[in-house]
Amino acid sequence: MVILSILILNKAGGLIYQRHFNEGLNKLSSNDYLVLAGTFHGVHAITSRISPVPGSGGLEVLESDQFRVQCFQTLTGTKLLIFAEPHQPNIDVICRRVYELYADYVMKNPFYQIEMPIRCEQFDRQLVAYIKPKQ
Amino acid sequence: MSSTKAARIGEEVWKTRIDKVNAELVTLTYGSIVAQLCKDFEGDYMEVNKQLDKMGYNIGLRLIEDFLAKTNTGRCANFRETAETISKIGFKVFLNITPTVTNWTSDNKQFSLIFDENPLADFVELPDDGRAQNELWYSNILCGVLRGALEMVQMQVDAHFASDVLRGNDTTEMRVTLIRMIDDELPPGDD
Repeated sequence: MVILSILILNKAGGLIYQRHFNEGLNKLSSNDYLVLAGTFHGVHAITSRISPVPGSGGLEVLESDQFRVQCFQTLTGTKLLIFAEPHQPNIDVICRRVYELYADYVMKNPFYQIEMPIRCEQFDRQLVAYIKPKQ
Repeated sequence: MSSTKAARIGEEVWKTRIDKVNAELVTLTYGSIVAQLCKDFEGDYMEVNKQLDKMGYNIGLRLIEDFLAKTNTGRCANFRETAETISKIGFKVFLNITPTVTNWTSDNKQFSLIFDENPLADFVELPDDGRAQNELWYSNILCGVLRGALEMVQMQVDAHFASDVLRGNDTTEMRVTLIRMIDDELPPGDD
């Protein structure tokens, strides 16, 4: 299984974390990642409004021939975007685990400022240790 | 979610997914924080209450993510469900206690948590200076934690202690009031 990239968006749609794990996606400039995050945030809000299902949580999966994007939105409004290969199994398990790592190594770091970009080495290490051996 | 289901989830998560620490370590650490605040603010207990609430608030803002990640609970359908979740899952997994939810107002926006046990206050006797007994809410950090955590899931609440056995009251009671749902930040429902 291959996880290509992980993005984390704060509740305002700002990009607070981005990391590549494997080749397979074109790299963007850091500015373009911010635009991508903001655009996704807007599209997500629109999908939840136009969905025929009442109380819809909005866009969850986006599939293409080359990759799929899974959006995991927490109850606090933070979004985890996981870019993976098209037929990646068990992606919700991966989402939950990444969320746990975020809760532990980002939110519990007393010097991390909430809603700000994540620069936590421990989080990086734990994330790589979780994602890499799976491949 | 029913009360029994919440109790079952709380028990399950507490047993399988929570790292335990020595209770005395928690009690003594918290005690030294409160004592230090009392010293720093020269016995201005109102200010100490305020500082404890603020510290709790900052903890709550962060702790909520851990709570959601570990317990995997969905959004509560109403405030009654929120109360049960706080008591049976929240307090259970973090402090291994389940305060009783009671004294609802008829509009379902206010309830009390009655603490039969309170690990923060083990071994504690309030200073005998004639004021602490009337002014200090020793466990006030818990009010802040609830306020911060609920704010992150779009509920603005007021939480304060109404009585405390440390003050010689019969029970330790926290009063929680829903002020409003923070709608503008409400991410769309997730069910």
